[in-house]
Amino acid sequence: MRMPDPDADVLSRRGEIIAALRRIVPGEGVIAEEEELRAYECDGLTAYRQLPMIVVLPETVQQVSDILKYCHGTGVNIVPRGAGTSLSGGALPLEDGITLGLGKFNRILDIDYPNRCVTAQPGVTNLAITHAVQADGFYYAPDPSSQIACSIGGNVAENSGGVHCLKYGLTANNLLGIEMVLMDGEIVRLGGRHLDAGGYDLLGVVTGSEGLLGVITEVTVRILRSPATARALLIGFPSSESAGNCVAEIIGAGIIPGGMEMMDKPAIHAAEAFVNAGYPLDAEALLIVELDGPEVEVDELIGRVETIARENQAESVRVSTSEDERMNFWAGRKAAFPAVGRISPDYYCMDGTIPRHRLSEVLTRMNELSGRYGLRVANVFHAGDGNLHPLILYDANTPGELEKAEEFGSDILRLCVEVGGVLTGEHGVGVEKRDLMGEMFSEIDLNQQQRVKCAFDPTQQLNPGKVFPTLHRCAELGRVHIQSGQTRFPDIPRF
Amino acid sequence: MTDQFDPTSAEETRAIVADALASKTPLEITGSGSRRALGRPVSADHVLSTATLAGVSLYEPDELVMRAGPGTPMEQIRMQLDQHGQMLAFEPPDYGPLLGKAAGLGTIGGVLSGNLAGPRRIKAGAARDHFLGVEAVSGRGELFKSGGRVVKNVTGYDLCKLMAGSWGTLGVMTEVTVKVLPAPEKTRTVLVSCAAAPAAVAAMNRALSSPHDVSAAAWTPEPAAARSAVGYVAGAQTALVAVRVEGIGASVDARCAALREELSEFGDIEELHTHNSLTFWREIRDVRLIDDAADPGTAFVWRISLPPDAAPRLLEDLQVTMACDAVLDWGGGLIWARVAGISDGGSYVIRRSLAASGGHATLIRADAGTRSTVPVFQPEARGVERLTRNIKEAFDPEGILNPGRMYDGI
Repeated sequence: MRMPDPDADVLSRRGEIIAALRRIVPGEGVIAEEEELRAYECDGLTAYRQLPMIVVLPETVQQVSDILKYCHGTGVNIVPRGAGTSLSGGALPLEDGITLGLGKFNRILDIDYPNRCVTAQPGVTNLAITHAVQADGFYYAPDPSSQIACSIGGNVAENSGGVHCLKYGLTANNLLGIEMVLMDGEIVRLGGRHLDAGGYDLLGVVTGSEGLLGVITEVTVRILRSPATARALLIGFPSSESAGNCVAEIIGAGIIPGGMEMMDKPAIHAAEAFVNAGYPLDAEALLIVELDGPEVEVDELIGRVETIARENQAESVRVSTSEDERMNFWAGRKAAFPAVGRISPDYYCMDGTIPRHRLSEVLTRMNELSGRYGLRVANVFHAGDGNLHPLILYDANTPGELEKAEEFGSDILRLCVEVGGVLTGEHGVGVEKRDLMGEMFSEIDLNQQQRVKCAFDPTQQLNPGKVFPTLHRCAELGRVHIQSGQTRFPDIPRF
Repeated sequence: MTDQFDPTSAEETRAIVADALASKTPLEITGSGSRRALGRPVSADHVLSTATLAGVSLYEPDELVMRAGPGTPMEQIRMQLDQHGQMLAFEPPDYGPLLGKAAGLGTIGGVLSGNLAGPRRIKAGAARDHFLGVEAVSGRGELFKSGGRVVKNVTGYDLCKLMAGSWGTLGVMTEVTVKVLPAPEKTRTVLVSCAAAPAAVAAMNRALSSPHDVSAAAWTPEPAAARSAVGYVAGAQTALVAVRVEGIGASVDARCAALREELSEFGDIEELHTHNSLTFWREIRDVRLIDDAADPGTAFVWRISLPPDAAPRLLEDLQVTMACDAVLDWGGGLIWARVAGISDGGSYVIRRSLAASGGHATLIRADAGTRSTVPVFQPEARGVERLTRNIKEAFDPEGILNPGRMYDGI
């Protein structure tokens, strides 16, 4: 993965930059020692590592603004970082860049029940928001698997999803407002405690922009009343095709479950060996369907889903009868990644989305690829919304195997795009899928996206080297190309 | 002389815009024209209509997805979804009659470009939240796409969000993909008599903070309630809080019973069954309860989105300074107000009040003269305004698409 060439001039000014940062952030907030920098050399995508030039951990919005203003004036690049759990390398440092960590922004600022929202600093974890309101019966709906560690600011930057987003939406659908600092140091507020934008939906486009548009310093999200009850079904199928048909029929019947997850045989076995959740080991595909809401509704829908499952060759159906049992159904799924980690020295997690009805075709072709590359693959799948997480098993200590796993992964993502899907459902492009963007977008599409980048960060100093395969200068992108014969409007005076 | 262009393909649309760019000719971008009187008057020499880019090209009910030309009439989309028991969950409103046009004229492109949403906004999101993919021609004369046909997608910037609510000032859509959802089997509405705005907002907050999965909450003061075609509402002779419950039969019954119990401390309780519920919420959705039948429909109408607990204060500010007829939707987070007897249409008072609470006000209905002098869309803070101008520049550097419709030069 090629990153932008480091700027020798910036590297030569390192000492001066450290001194300037220390004037802005006093005390321990500026990290320049190699062994301390080591903790920041990668995020959740550990295959890529780079020591940052400097790490700075500001504590106030004013400090963030001053840092960015200084860097803007002196041509130093910035990599914003939340909890560092990105699976796409979104927080991968730059050799000549400052990693700006928001870990000290860790307070919940306001819990507002009359308007049913919470305002938090960006370093607060996703789960901490739910914890702050659950005693009063509320929760924050998006629940990425890393929710115990990932930060709400990072969730906004990545537009994180989770198991429940089929019914309750992604971060974008649950976000009301942010405060953000632009690269030139200007502090802006987008949204607030109200719904929708009065003008352009800038909040909407910043969500999922992977730290390339601004540094988020405050977040306001909607909270929901916790559902009265939740129950789950654990359904074993003789083929992924019958499981896929079952999913289609559940949705076709007008049922939107709180969560609907599928696992293939290798994933079932790995998870069962790890947590003994009682998963059916003879099943080719396992479906966990969770229904939440008022009790009468959940009881009724459980019955409907069970009927649909049996009509689709389900070989085993278990319905949770207690909260413990429901949690147990989930235990295997939630532990799927570490469970796979036990059966293989390393694994590489992919994140494509496909139209659901192409599932069995995609799985078949993935198995062919698996044979061709000689690497095993286990699949967990957000079945309701078509978001696949193939886990490619490899051994980084075997020379060439990481590269092979990456090529296999790229082929899987190309396959997702080919069948009408996308490169990434919830993990982001980052550095990982940057060079595959051309599979999905034309140069015109990518240039238009980069012009949005230029609208926020004309000097392109925020997180360069991420998302876009080719960096064009903003001045070049701004030029208007006239290619027409003008015959349609011949008599119009120009203004 | 004004020409109208009616392209029948994306490529034709692109060619028209490219020609307009070459001669720097501003174009007014419309669909059916049902909301043409919304926004600042556009100064354009020619009209580019997307009404001829119509038709549903893909509808897969099991995949919850539909793709269509932007000119596809909403009526057609509703009918097709109906056949499969599905809907656009953001409850797209029809402002035709509010704006002096016939009902049922709107297009899917118009709904998306205005980021419109009805009462279910508080539960299901707005148009922006269901807008999965777009293909459009920018003011650079280039055909670009963003998003896709799947719900879970974070590949690249979400330009659908920018297209939603940009009122044709950033691009001319040539194809849109939206998420669709199952329609509820049954609908009921709990009505609570509730005369004062603060108590009404508190009652709605109670309902929305309950586990009973409320899908809409509105408050109609007495004059508004009296205009309803639903006998129970019009005949109540009092202001009403209305709380909607949707879903499968047994669940709706149980939740209605629970809500009646929970809201009884706020006032007397009534209940609307499915047919009356549908009528009433259509009236709320399409803003049919703030105009008198005798009114020619010329008074100013504002749409104000704000934190729900700030609504009573803003209503009071309105009532002491001007003649005002209002309805609250979104649990208090949306005020529809018809105002009269004030020179700037109430812009100063409304926006001063919003400065304290946050939120935005749009002048939905006014004569063209007022719309060219009073800010129709919420004025933005300096830093945000700069971003807005940069975004416009990024998509339409020569200002040829609906110039001036939202702000001066935008």
